[in-house]
Formats: sequence, C-alpha cells, structure tokens
Amino acid sequence: MSVSRPFSIARWFHRRGWSDLIIGLPYGWLLLLFLLPFLIVLAMSVGSQAPTAPPVGFGGEYPWINPRGYQRLFTDDLYIRSFLISLMNAGLATLLCLGLGYPMALGLTRVAKSWRNILLMLVILPFWTSFLLRVYAWMGLMGKSSWFNQLLTDGWNLLVPVDWAVKSIPMMHSNFAVVLVMVYTYLPFMILPLYSSLERLDPTLDEAAMDLGSRPFRVFLDVTLPQSVPGIIAGGLLVFIPAAGELVIPTLVGDASTPMIGRVIADEFNSARDWPMASAVAVALLVLMVGPTMLYSRYQARAEEGPGK
Amino acid sequence: MRRSPVFLITVLCFGFAFFYIPILSMMVYSFNGSRLATVWGGFSTKWYVSLLSNKQVIAAALLSFKIAVVSATFATILGTMAGFALSRFRKFRGRTLFSGLVTAPLIMPEVITGISMLMFFILTANWIGWPGARGFSTITLAHITFSMVFVTTIVQARLGQADRAIEEAAMDLGSRPWQVLWDVTLPTAFTAILSGWLLAFTISLDDVVITSFTTGPGSTTLPLLIWSKVKLGVTPDINALATITVVVVGIGVALAGWVMHRAEKRRLADERMAFSSND
Amino acid sequence: MAADVEPFLRIEGVSKNFGPFQAVKDVNLTIGKGEIFALLGGSGCGKTTLLRMLAGFEEPSSGRIFLDGQDMTGVPPWERPVHMMFQSYALFPHMTVEKNIGYGLKHERMTAAERTDRVRAMLDLVQLTPFAVRKPHQISGGQRQRVALARALARQPKLLLLDEPLAALDKKLREHTQFELMSIQERTGVTFIVVTHDQEEAMTLADRIAVMDRGAVQQVGPPGEVYEHPASRFVASFLGSISQYEARVLRIEGAEALLDVPAFETPVRATAIPGLVEGEVLTLAVRPEKLAIHRHPPGGPNAIPGEIKDLAYFGKDSLYRVTLPSGQLISVHAVNARRGGEARPDWYDKVWVAFEPAAAILLRG
Repeated sequence: MSVSRPFSIARWFHRRGWSDLIIGLPYGWLLLLFLLPFLIVLAMSVGSQAPTAPPVGFGGEYPWINPRGYQRLFTDDLYIRSFLISLMNAGLATLLCLGLGYPMALGLTRVAKSWRNILLMLVILPFWTSFLLRVYAWMGLMGKSSWFNQLLTDGWNLLVPVDWAVKSIPMMHSNFAVVLVMVYTYLPFMILPLYSSLERLDPTLDEAAMDLGSRPFRVFLDVTLPQSVPGIIAGGLLVFIPAAGELVIPTLVGDASTPMIGRVIADEFNSARDWPMASAVAVALLVLMVGPTMLYSRYQARAEEGPGK
Repeated sequence: MRRSPVFLITVLCFGFAFFYIPILSMMVYSFNGSRLATVWGGFSTKWYVSLLSNKQVIAAALLSFKIAVVSATFATILGTMAGFALSRFRKFRGRTLFSGLVTAPLIMPEVITGISMLMFFILTANWIGWPGARGFSTITLAHITFSMVFVTTIVQARLGQADRAIEEAAMDLGSRPWQVLWDVTLPTAFTAILSGWLLAFTISLDDVVITSFTTGPGSTTLPLLIWSKVKLGVTPDINALATITVVVVGIGVALAGWVMHRAEKRRLADERMAFSSND
Repeated sequence: MAADVEPFLRIEGVSKNFGPFQAVKDVNLTIGKGEIFALLGGSGCGKTTLLRMLAGFEEPSSGRIFLDGQDMTGVPPWERPVHMMFQSYALFPHMTVEKNIGYGLKHERMTAAERTDRVRAMLDLVQLTPFAVRKPHQISGGQRQRVALARALARQPKLLLLDEPLAALDKKLREHTQFELMSIQERTGVTFIVVTHDQEEAMTLADRIAVMDRGAVQQVGPPGEVYEHPASRFVASFLGSISQYEARVLRIEGAEALLDVPAFETPVRATAIPGLVEGEVLTLAVRPEKLAIHRHPPGGPNAIPGEIKDLAYFGKDSLYRVTLPSGQLISVHAVNARRGGEARPDWYDKVWVAFEPAAAILLRG
C-alpha cells in the first residue's frame, strides 16, 4: 500500500519553502557549471573559426551556423579513423578485461572467506593510487631497455629462428600499448561488479544442477554464466565508456599517427585552436556514448535488483 | 563446499602478478643509482632526496592537497543536498533534468568536460571579466562540479535504504523537522557522507585531464607536474614519488581494512552479546 | 466496561482517501481513559492508517479526532501528547538505550537531574537498567521492544499507540511480553491503542476490540462479546474458526427458532434473535468447540449424523472434520478429557454431531 506522508520531514521542508534551497543550490550549480558549458560546446560546434579571442565567431548571415565541423567529420578520414581506432581499442580492452576479470572474480568467490577480503582489498588498492602513476609504471616496463622488455625479447629469440631475432620488442607508442595499459587501469572496474553479481549467486543452485547430473563446466554454462549477465554488461560498460574517451593513456603510450578520439579533441582545441572542430568531434563522441550509457543504466538497475530478475 | 578449480587459482595468481609487478618494479627502480631509469645502477636513495628537496614538487603537492580539501568539502555539501533532494522530494519541477544532470558527469568523457569548462571560463572572462586569471578558483570549481555527483550517488543510495520510521519516531517524540534532520537523518547517513567526501577528495587529488584544461599559468597541481614530466619520458624521481604514493595509500588502505576488520569482530561480539542477553 | 467510562479519545466520522482508494471509511469510536483498546484486522484493513492519523503522520480526509477534549486537526506529530511504539521499533541506531529513552525529554522543560531520574525510572520500569549504555544492535529483540516502549512512555503521553507490538518477537517471548505490557499499562495508567492482525493478541491484551475490514469498523466490544456474539459473518469468521450454513426459519417457538438447514437435512433449534420472522433466510454459524461428537445417537435436540472424513489428534484435544449427509463438512473440536474408556472416534466412523440451541449463532447478511 502506498502511504502518503504528509508529515515527513521532506514534506515539511517543502511546505516551508526550504526545499527550494535544498534542491535549488545543487541544481543551480549543475545548470551553471555543467549544463551551460555543455551547451556552449554544442553552440561552438556550429560556429566558425575566427582570428579573434576567443577564436570563434558566428556568421553574420542566415543561417548563422556553420556545418563545416560536422561535414569534415564524415569527409576527413583522420576523424573516421580515430573514431574507429577508439572503438576498436576500447572494445578490445573491454573483451580482454572480461576474459581476465571473469575468472578472477569467479576465483575470488571460491577462495576461503578469510582470504577473500584481503584479495578484494588488493584489487581495489591500485585504484586508490594515482591513475597517472599506474600508466607510468607500464611506460617503465615497456621501454626498450627495461628488464621486462628484455625478458620478453630473450623469450622470443629463444623460440624463433635466429633470423627473426630482435634486439628489443617495440611495445611503446602503439595501439598494443594503449590496450594493454587500458586493461591494466580498468580491470578493477570489471572485477568488482562481476564479483558482486557472482557472490550473490545461491551456491545451492550449483549443487542442484550437479545433483541433476551436470558436470562442473556444464553447470557454469547453464547456471553461473546466465545469472551473471547483468554483471558482465555493467562491468563491460564501466570499462568501455571511459576507455573510448580516454586521453591520458593514448597521449603517453599511444601512437601519434593513429590517435584516439580523446586526443583528437584535445589537439584540435589546444594545438589547432579550432574550437568548432573540437566541439563537433566532442558532440559526435557523446552521440556514440548515448547507446552504451542507456544500456548501462538499464543493466545497473537490474544488477542492483539482484540476479535472476 | 566446492573445490576451487586449478584454472581459477592460476588466473587469480596471474591477475595479481599483472596488478603488482609493474608497481613493484617501479618501487625497486626508485632505489636505482643510475640516471637511466630502466638500467640498474646500484642501490641509492638519491631520487628521494632530490624529490623531497624539489620546491616545485612540494608546492604542487600542497596546491593539490588544498584544492582537494576545499573541493571535496563543497562537493560533499552540495552532493548531500542533491542526494537528499532526489531521495526525499519525490516530485518537483525539473526533477528529470536534475537526475540527468547528476548522472551525466559520471559518464561524460573527461576531455569534453575539460574543454567545456575552459570555453565557459574563457567566455565568462570575455563577457563579465571573471575569472581574471585561471588557477586555484577555476580548478576548484571544476573539481566540485564533477565530484559532487559521486557524493550524490552514494548519499542518495544510503538515504533510500534508511528506515523512515526512525525519522517519524523522532517527530513523534517531539522533534521538529530541522532537529530530526540533525539528530537522526544526517547521523545515520554519516558513513555515506564521509565516504563521499573521501571519494571526492581522491578524485580531485588524482585528476589530470580536467585540471589541465582549467588551470592557468603558475597553478601546477601534482598530477599536472607528473603529467608534464612523464610526457617527456621515464624519469627516476617519478619512481620515488610513485613509491611514496603507493606506500602511503597502502598504509591507509591497510589501516582502513584493519579498522573494518575490528568493527566486524566487534559486530560479531555484539551479536553474541545480544543473543546471550536474551530474556 | 468501558462504555460507561467518560470519553477520552473521540474519533468522529474519520475517513482517509489515497487518491481513489478509501483506506479508512467513516470511523466513529469512543475510547475511555486508561483503556487498552485493540484495532484488529487483516493487512490493508485500514487499522495502521487510522493509527497514523492518531499519531499525526496522516491527516484525515474528513472527520475529526478529539483527545481529552482538544481537537487534533492540524496539530503536527511533534506537538501531540501521543506517542507511538513502531512496529520496527525505530530505535535510533547511533544512540545508546539511555539516549534513546531520554530523546523525547529534550523537548520538556526539566532540569538535567529530573531528566536523568526519569530515564532511570523508565529503565527500571522495563528492567533494562543493566543495558543502559548499550546500543540497539547490542541487545536482543525483546529488549529492543522494551526500549521502544520506555522511549514512548518517557514523556508521559496521554495516549500510547502500539503498532503490532509483538509481531517481531518469537512465540515464547510473545506470551511473556503480553502480560508485561498489561502490567506496565496498569502501573502507568496510560491509554493504549494496539494495532494487530493477531486475534489472540487482541483478545488477551485488550479491554475492547474494534474489528476492521476494508476500512470500516465492523464491530466494537469486549473480547468475549465479539467472539461469542459476532455481529456479522466477517467478524464471526475472522475471530476463531467457525462453520456457517444457510438456514431458513420454519417456526418461532418462544425464545427458540426451528430452522431448516439444507446441509444438515434435519431441522435444528437455535436461540432466536430479535425480529426473526418465519420464512426468513439467514446464516447459522457454530464454532467447533461448541459441538460435541458422539458414537451413538445422543438424546436431546440438534443431533446430526455424519461420517468422520479427517481427524487431527493434538494430545489434549482433537479436531474432527465430519462429512454431513448433504456432503458438506463440519468441524468439531473435542477435548480428550478421558483416558481409555470409550474409544475415540476414528476415520470413517459413523458419528453424531450435536450442539445446544444456545450455541448456534444466527447471522443476517
């Protein structure tokens, strides 16, 4: 039964007008410092580059808007390529995170209770250290003269014919490096939702399936996997969404000739001082994000409700 | 119980090696005597000495800390208000837009938030002459904006789960709404508000992208300093800085874990006590 | 007993609508000072909504509530001399037992010493003195219930509302707590209104019961009266179990009526109710414990033959389900008073079910 609460404190605040302040302050803040700046981006995306400060103008003639930014998005293959590379890198990183994160999350639900909290803490710990420093750690490892690169190089040289021997493996400044570092930095985002959806599963379901004659792998396919789908989707989008718009990782370890979209936006804005173009690319990136985001909010609601609903 | 299959344990070991080998390597190389960051040149603590005597680093760390404290505090106030509003005022004008505005910054790519803020600040400087110079104030405003929504999410979830009957009980016992808020609602949401503050603080302390757009000459935060150094390649004093960070965070997390473990043990003891005091 | 007590709480024509749904329909009740009054009904019958209107959490859509002569309309919960014991107890989790009990006293004009004394007296009343500095999660469910009671009583309310006070306790504790509640009520003299869905709880605790269904009060009276003289088929079947059959009045013979009950196939006698006319069709209801079961045709009126279809043996008593000649069933609750002697009826035995004319309840509508 839905019971209205005439004397709940919220209602009282509302009647006395305090709710205007409680809602209005954060609302106004976000309108002014989040929505308005975003509307500026939207407006800039149809402006023209101008030799003024700020370097943008709106034409004096009807229709005042300049679709140049959007036209170039579809004609200049720099943009199309960078969009494709972003989607590919983010998608690959998501799949690798899933491949590594799923068995890790499942493994975490199987270790003894006393160990589990310590191991979970170890998953979260890197997340609390600086993001930048975690990227930096891999720069050290991937460098040509690092012990890690040399170890891999020695391994390679041992396995392949002498002719193919190399002095070092070129890892830095490549899409390989970008994907690797993305997997490294975003893996906790995959493990944690997966773990929480797997942990909630009723172990007696497994036992029931085994009791009915399924072997362990079959039980995994029939019982565990279907129930963890919301966790997979939530984790996947938590990795995919920030990875697709990533700026720091491609700048530090990526290949400058095949930039990701985040870097294109920053370059257009900072180096080329082309506000309209940067804005148009930003708007296009957001449009691409809308689908996955809506998927995410749907599955997040479902994941919070628990499995099997 | 179920056996833990060898495969899962192997993957777990590999995963944790993947998590920690880069960090451990960085820590080992922070004691490297060689100027070449990737070649071992004997044990030395000289990078720590040079790091800690570097006035620029100290100033950047202080600025970061100051921004993080101020922005986390304002973000917590605003975020808690928004969380309270969304969980308690069921219907108000513009609620849909408001709940959209509260989730959008969570998924907005940082680059876009960054350039939109910068355009906004440049345009307002042009129109109304503010901000005169970008720096502490613009960075802090930006940080408040994108970290308040994290606080909102946490507080809203907690207030949504809270037992409303205890607020009614306080009213029934003679407290007016403001007092109910102060005596009951905020204390029961205290841990959520505190973890919101901590999250906002961490996010602010760690942010590079948005800070890099909203900063101005002379205002270099620690992440910005690291960013500018690292863009040029691997430098040994960053290894030392990273080691300090990892150790500090590690101690913090271990301490928090210990406190939580103790609280858990106390909770179990309390449960036993409650059980044995049964009449 | 309370009908002659001066009215202390008057509920006059109170209704409550939630949109198109009418949760409480035109309730009129008068409750005396010092009474324990129970609102009894199933879930969604409106009893909780009525209680919340008394506490001030809901405003009646129409009607008025007078407490001790004062109109309560528009008085917010924090100004009402009415306190509530919540079903979940609603103890403040971050305050000790002591602080919980003393919380309401901050709003009283009293010195710190008086306040401490009052808290101490309350702790004493509910026997929780040794637990004063514990937090709610450090005490048992029964103790929590007592903290909630002490907290609500600390400000000496004119009226104490108890929302399902025993629902969260296990069965054993419930019986004990029931009597404790009654003794505390006697000692403090505060008027109690108890909301419950449990008829046994209502009957043991309350001086008077109001049975509610679909928002309306169906019957008000002392427990014995409501049980033995239900005013409607709903009240009859809600309190205890009862078998009901359609009946038609054949003749009225002084204080008794001769009825044709198709289910019994033989006419039976029942104590007449006022205004009964020949040919009237109504319901004859009889409670299982008012029936006797015989292995041989008994003398006297109202003996109906049947066959035992089911029986449940509980030790001190047994429950039989007897198939009547018409095929309908009747339940009989018999005390196993004798040991040995005549064997108890068994499955498929042919038996006679008999009842006194005064045991039959005639219900209209």
